[in-house]
Amino acid sequence: MKSKICVTLDVAVDSISDGARIMFGGFGGSGFPNNLIQALVRRGTKELTAISNNCGTRDGELSPLFKSGQIRHIIAAFPGPHSFAFQERHAAGEVTIELVPQGILCERMRAAAAGLLGFYTTVGVATEVAAGKEERVINGQRCILEMPIHADFAFIKADKSDGLGNLTYRLAARNFNPIMAMAAATTIAEVEEVVPVGAIDPEVVVTPAIFVHRVVVAKGIRYV
Amino acid sequence: MSEKQRLSRDQIAARAARELPDGAFVNLGWGIPNLIADHLPAGITVYFHSENGILGMGRRAKPGEEDFDLVDAMKVPVTLIPGASFFHQADAHLMTRGGHLDVAVLGAFQVSERGDLANWKVPGAKGAGAIGGAMDIAAGTKRVIVCMEHTTRDGQPKIVRQCTYPLTCLACVDTIVTDLAVLDVTERGLLLRDLAPGWSAAEVQQRTGAPLSF
Repeated sequence: MKSKICVTLDVAVDSISDGARIMFGGFGGSGFPNNLIQALVRRGTKELTAISNNCGTRDGELSPLFKSGQIRHIIAAFPGPHSFAFQERHAAGEVTIELVPQGILCERMRAAAAGLLGFYTTVGVATEVAAGKEERVINGQRCILEMPIHADFAFIKADKSDGLGNLTYRLAARNFNPIMAMAAATTIAEVEEVVPVGAIDPEVVVTPAIFVHRVVVAKGIRYV
Repeated sequence: MSEKQRLSRDQIAARAARELPDGAFVNLGWGIPNLIADHLPAGITVYFHSENGILGMGRRAKPGEEDFDLVDAMKVPVTLIPGASFFHQADAHLMTRGGHLDVAVLGAFQVSERGDLANWKVPGAKGAGAIGGAMDIAAGTKRVIVCMEHTTRDGQPKIVRQCTYPLTCLACVDTIVTDLAVLDVTERGLLLRDLAPGWSAAEVQQRTGAPLSF
């Protein structure tokens, strides 16, 4: 069996090509795969579509990929007041954004993970979010059709992995990571530590190894 | 403005805190709502929900005890209370949309007399806007309370017949707590339930863009 454990961050991202759609975990400064993001900057892959809660914070999180001009389109819920690199590119017309309610962002990814072709929700009815979407009434409630969000890759941050890719998370650093791990075709996890197979109690595994394709050890970079 | 004293932001939060039942699961939005945790009446336990996957947030972390993997939706390091739990973001919003949370307290730019909420974008502002979790939370939570100043800085009513700001959600707001009054959104329109000290119903009506009943 081929090992999922990658020797370096650069090896972990070596199959990503121009035009890829990539999900990035993280919320509120916690649970971002910052080392993988830096590796992607080094790789220089272009024309990316990013899917993430926000659009970078000051110099951290997704900001390096906006600075380098690698992201062309982003699907996000909350660009964030300190997403300066994004704001500059967006104002210049170099980056487009699809703004999505945060829970709907999650659920569209979960639909992709679960093999569902779409779902109806009351969230966003009569708002800008509803523009161009099919609307109908179910049980007397107005609702709109939301479609799955697929991705070629998910970059996620976990705490521990075993040799198979079973993952645990730390506190609220979990956030978007498990959902993205399930939704993407290929999931790459940066983790604090890899432990032997069997060393993680099956009852505490949050992301089962079936969803994880590459694992790389990297001490978390934190941008506060 | 040389007007009468209005409630401070902390006083609005303290008034809203009195609306929370003991044992409730509650989400707090940005702005004044985020101050509510510091103003819970003695003897009341509330399980605060954060959309990044926490139930049972306690007070903010003191200097030296911060853990930056334990933050609220505003990125502020927090603590936990006994009985807390973690889950991923999709389940956090399953709780909001699915009607599992008892109360959400949100900030707002405008609320209409039917309870329509506008709180994510200022018309004409630069940039993409920022929805965050507001649409999911407003659409699904059993009871939505808005905390805000009664009027804009230049004295325009924020409670109106029809929202002119981009909408967050139709007919979702149940109660509005402002620096002047507490109002309930009812089938017959806005009902004035409480007044800030020193303010009369007529004075509040004068600063409200929709008719009030008393």
